[in-house]
Amino acid sequence: MSVATQEATPAAAKPAKKKTKRGPEHRPGLNRWLPYLLLAPAVLAELLIHIIPMVVGIWMSFIKLTKFFIANWSAAPSAGFNNYKVALDFNNAVGEGLLKSFGVTVAFSLITVALSWVLGMAAAVALQPPFRGRGIVRTFFLVPYALPAYAGILTWNFMLQRDTGAVNHVLNQLHLSDGRTFWLIGGNALVSLITVATWKLWTFAFLTLMAGLQSIPGDLYEAASVDGAGNIRQWRNITLPSLRPVNLVLVLVLFLWTFSDFNTPYVLFGTAQPPAGDLITFHIYNASFLTWNFGTGAAMSVLLLIFLMIVTGAYLFVTGRRSRRA
Amino acid sequence: MRETQGFKIYRGVVLTVLGLFVLVPLYVMVTSSLKPLKDVQGAFSWWPSNLTLAPFVDMWKTVPLARYFVNSTIVSVSATVFSVAIAILAAFAVSRFRFRGRTAFTTTVLSTQMFPGVLFLLPLFLIFVNINNSFGLQLVGTRLGLIITYLTFSLPFSIWMLAGYFDSIPRELDEAALVDGCGPMGALWRVVLPAARPGVIAVAIYSFMTAWGEVLFASVMTTEANRTLSVGLRQYSTQTNIYWNQIMAAALVVSVPVVIGFLLAQRHFVAGVTAGAVK
Repeated sequence: MSVATQEATPAAAKPAKKKTKRGPEHRPGLNRWLPYLLLAPAVLAELLIHIIPMVVGIWMSFIKLTKFFIANWSAAPSAGFNNYKVALDFNNAVGEGLLKSFGVTVAFSLITVALSWVLGMAAAVALQPPFRGRGIVRTFFLVPYALPAYAGILTWNFMLQRDTGAVNHVLNQLHLSDGRTFWLIGGNALVSLITVATWKLWTFAFLTLMAGLQSIPGDLYEAASVDGAGNIRQWRNITLPSLRPVNLVLVLVLFLWTFSDFNTPYVLFGTAQPPAGDLITFHIYNASFLTWNFGTGAAMSVLLLIFLMIVTGAYLFVTGRRSRRA
Repeated sequence: MRETQGFKIYRGVVLTVLGLFVLVPLYVMVTSSLKPLKDVQGAFSWWPSNLTLAPFVDMWKTVPLARYFVNSTIVSVSATVFSVAIAILAAFAVSRFRFRGRTAFTTTVLSTQMFPGVLFLLPLFLIFVNINNSFGLQLVGTRLGLIITYLTFSLPFSIWMLAGYFDSIPRELDEAALVDGCGPMGALWRVVLPAARPGVIAVAIYSFMTAWGEVLFASVMTTEANRTLSVGLRQYSTQTNIYWNQIMAAALVVSVPVVIGFLLAQRHFVAGVTAGAVK
């Protein structure tokens, strides 16, 4: 490789520089292309799995892609904006279902993010000053995040069973209910989803906030203490502002994750999701694979994509952050 | 924060409530895996009255768990190795070189991570079908297809985290290596990588966790022969019985290696997350 680049570089052009200084400038030809060579595998992988499928997905939303064309999908006839019309016609069954599912997902996502953030913050603040056993508690709190999603969700599924589950057993013993509540079908499905998703997610919020807290200099608190500020004031005037950059990224990431959560509904409910727990990604999955209406499914996917992009863009604009690594 | 009496009470309450929230499911998982089937099918009890290890034995026979284990291991380890190798190269480029398109690359890669997998699922499925038709390369229903898919799932985060790690390693170190006659790749291999080893381990564990826990693509892209654990565990529910004790035993066995790996690397993981989040 070095032979080739030396040929590409006019060696006689800058002989003086070559002698005196060795280093990256030594081989400008190689250096110009090296970063691109290094990136090539990553770009290739991203193209194959993310970028091209996304383009194909957008194209799919404009064709009549039903089960008759699935084997030879490139021959499917054009549908124009028909798939979008069907998905956005809230007076017919498909559009109505999408709208309801969207509403469920917004509620699920906002409540789960809020709960996860509050719990994560509460724990991070509680663990901020050193005490005996802090390391053990911290490690222990991270277990739900480390657990494979389906293992944790299966356990919750077991706990939420009506007759054999721990949840109804506890509620019954505390005389809070008759212990005959359905948690996985009917109206309680959303409560179950939020509980399980929060159980899994708060610990990531905790981990991130805890790391953020460590970067706040301790003398800030000491100075505030001397000035007579109590713990709550210190939290409001020091902790919260200092964590602003961490919080901005954290809340956005949590929102994007919960909004596109698939594992929780899929493992918790199986393929027959109750309407109260019909999250949007799961809805799209069912619309595509159960009814074999892939064109409409693709249109719904594109609508979801546009929504997430608008939310992200608006969020980044409002919070004044463009890219994380400029 | 000062250690006032109020703060201590606050800490006690928070740690108790959250400790229970975390612990109860784990406790239920462990104790239920030690109960006979009759007991998990009856009313819930906190303490297993008939302790048995039978679920840990039977679970291998009820479903071909060993095969799912092998499949998951092959897929996750391969995806991890490729993902980490590709991420190291890309992160080195992003961290050490200023070149045209650098910001475009990082922005694009990071934004692909925020889009839901269900968006790629069907197009990817169809592309794989087309690749099979045109080149005879079978990707749907093979481990290779899953490996290729999973390696990109962890890639954006790995590149981001590793670039942060590489940034924290003084440039003087690899410049010294260049002066000593290493090429840029030699500097990466001999200086930057050894210094960034904690970061590489953290990224590897993250990639492994991502692949090991993936459900959506595993449920669509696999057949019985190459089914992974995330889908295979569903098969303990038959029409006549749900073997909850074996499900819990299997879930436990499937989780333990990943959880231990993560907990060992958590310090580096936290450092990587912060490096990315604060910058």
